[in-house]
Amino acid sequence: MDLILVNLIDGLVTGLLLFMLSAGLTLIFSMMGVLNFAHASFYMLGAYFAYQISTYMGFWAGLLIAPLIVGIAGAGVERYGLRKVHQYGHVPELIFTFGLALLIEELVQYIWGKNHVAYSAPEVLQFTLFSISGNAIPAYKIFMIFVSVSIFIALLYVLTRTRVGMIIQASLTYPKTVEALGHNVPLVFMGVFGVGTALAGVAGVIAGPVLGTFPGMAFLLGSIVFVTIVIGGLGSLWGALVASLLIGWITTFAASYNVGMEDLLTLIGFTKPEDLSESALRDLWTLTLPQIGPILPYILMVLILVFRPQGLLGKRDA
Amino acid sequence: MRKSTKLGLSASLALAIGASASFADTVKIAFIDPLSGPFAGTGTNGLHQYEFAAEELVNKKGGVLGGDNFEIVAFDNKISPKESLIQLQVAIDQGIRFIAQGNSSGVANALTEAIDKHNKRNPDDRVLFLNYSAVDPALTNDKCNFWHFRFDANADIKMDALTDVIAADDSIKKVYIIGQDYSFGKAVADAAVRFLTEKRPDIEIVGNELHPIGKVKDFTPYSRKIVSSGADAMITGNWGADMVGLGKSVMENGYTGPIYTYYAAADGITAAFGEAGKGSLRLVAEGQINPPASDAAAAYYTAFKAKHPDGNISQARITNVIEMLAKAINEAGSATDVVAVATALEGMEHDSLWGGSLKMRPQDHQLIQDVHIHAHTNEGITFDYDNSGYGLVAESTVKMAAMDSSTTCDMKRP
Repeated sequence: MDLILVNLIDGLVTGLLLFMLSAGLTLIFSMMGVLNFAHASFYMLGAYFAYQISTYMGFWAGLLIAPLIVGIAGAGVERYGLRKVHQYGHVPELIFTFGLALLIEELVQYIWGKNHVAYSAPEVLQFTLFSISGNAIPAYKIFMIFVSVSIFIALLYVLTRTRVGMIIQASLTYPKTVEALGHNVPLVFMGVFGVGTALAGVAGVIAGPVLGTFPGMAFLLGSIVFVTIVIGGLGSLWGALVASLLIGWITTFAASYNVGMEDLLTLIGFTKPEDLSESALRDLWTLTLPQIGPILPYILMVLILVFRPQGLLGKRDA
Repeated sequence: MRKSTKLGLSASLALAIGASASFADTVKIAFIDPLSGPFAGTGTNGLHQYEFAAEELVNKKGGVLGGDNFEIVAFDNKISPKESLIQLQVAIDQGIRFIAQGNSSGVANALTEAIDKHNKRNPDDRVLFLNYSAVDPALTNDKCNFWHFRFDANADIKMDALTDVIAADDSIKKVYIIGQDYSFGKAVADAAVRFLTEKRPDIEIVGNELHPIGKVKDFTPYSRKIVSSGADAMITGNWGADMVGLGKSVMENGYTGPIYTYYAAADGITAAFGEAGKGSLRLVAEGQINPPASDAAAAYYTAFKAKHPDGNISQARITNVIEMLAKAINEAGSATDVVAVATALEGMEHDSLWGGSLKMRPQDHQLIQDVHIHAHTNEGITFDYDNSGYGLVAESTVKMAAMDSSTTCDMKRP
């Protein structure tokens, strides 16, 4: 019972982290109509910039400055790269972001090397906040939850309660009409792209110390972010939140419980063969939940695409 | 008359040039390891250690056979067995007789097989395989051959030493084994279970788990299981990002016992752990860096750092490879007759630069050497890793580890 509570907290941390990445990606998707393959690369850039800044000015300066730089870089990519490619259609845009992802990875390896860099949580947060029956909850985890929740609330407020948010939402759906009303839609797009990448940057800054800062970090998280927004529904902010939390909890719980296929098969009435080494189904019998945990989100995505192609909370077809 | 003088002069000149050319011969060693791609860092670091060892330990001391220098020729195999075989052929075509490789047992298995075949078919240009890092036990057991020499302690020997230390520690009652889901991770887990039940039947193995390799983003759920299992110690063969992720995560989530590892040092890992790893990370390996075994070892490391300020001597055994090869060539009196060189290497005893003595076991060509359990710390560190202030200090030593261990090797000599 205690472990369930601990897993809920751990899953929440993973889920919220995923949300910060998918929120930006899903906003950018509703705007451009294409997936930004380089999104996770901005997450990596956030971690590396914060690491570099933290060596001079400490963690907190990194937390403030790094996402800003990433956001500006993102806006620059939209203004001088994507906007120029946009006129040639969706496929060149996709290829452009794909190439950008490779370029950023090589660049990071060139500047910071191929090894892990020593980026760690600030001293003040390196203590155990509380324990649940021996399971320590580090203060940094709670800090991560705090940061992501405040960002979500701020984002929701701006998008739904302010004039800027209204214009953004309108330009996402009816760009031509908004332009006719005298608003600068390209500027709005550039802003959304910048904010989206900055969010990925924040995720990188706070995840870097926990998940490790190394050139493979973008690749490791990249695919799961796409899965998240497909499950949540492309373009839906709430969908991204629900899907992120769902995936966070699924992967955490799956890795925590050693439920084996053996238990399941015995439960539905099969008997285990005496000598497994001769059985053709050996691999099936010895399969455990933690082993298949990382692919569960992908299975969920396939199911969603089959039964509800627009995603959990999406409005349009994927 | 004048004509014949000219001819004689040019002939003697040609002779002199010919003689000096053969006098300044080089002994080439092919270094076949990843120099590009995700493991390029490890490969390049190894290459630097080879080049430095050849220069310092052989060439500056007058070379072998009275003046021949060692030359390391680098070949990039992109850590692919297929690419390695192509590079092996290129090396053989260049007349190279000595092949050094270490990263990945998969590559080593492919190479040892190819070299065995090549030597059978081409008795005139046979080559030797100097394996300095691939630790799959099979290479010196079922798959052994006369041309393969392993300079690292294999996975079983390391686990034997590791479990000796665990068995001697009475406070350890529960052990958790976790590793990457592939052949090496499974070999480590099997060896751990085998040795622990043999040496300390009272120790309870509270977890034996494999996780997907390179796919786990967050190790927190695994850490929770380890903490709630009440384990006093954990054993893992993880390397690279999986090692950093697992180690950092268990420490953050309240695990305080020792973590026994194979590869939790250098290449950025030492720097990534820093203060957090102190008092808990242990690593089993040959080659004692701290405290330096002798003034010679300290001077060697200092000189290496002067040349490669960002590098580490992470594979101390490389100096053993170079020194023992030089000794064998001198003993054989030839750098081209590899059968004579191999025969000289067999059973060779040597004093390592890093302290302790070495013996190349003739039955299976496994180098028997001291294996140390190192601790990750910042105290008593003369030479740190990753310029982080932290490094490895030898805590306990198993002298000539697994000297009498059995082998299934049935070696066919030419």
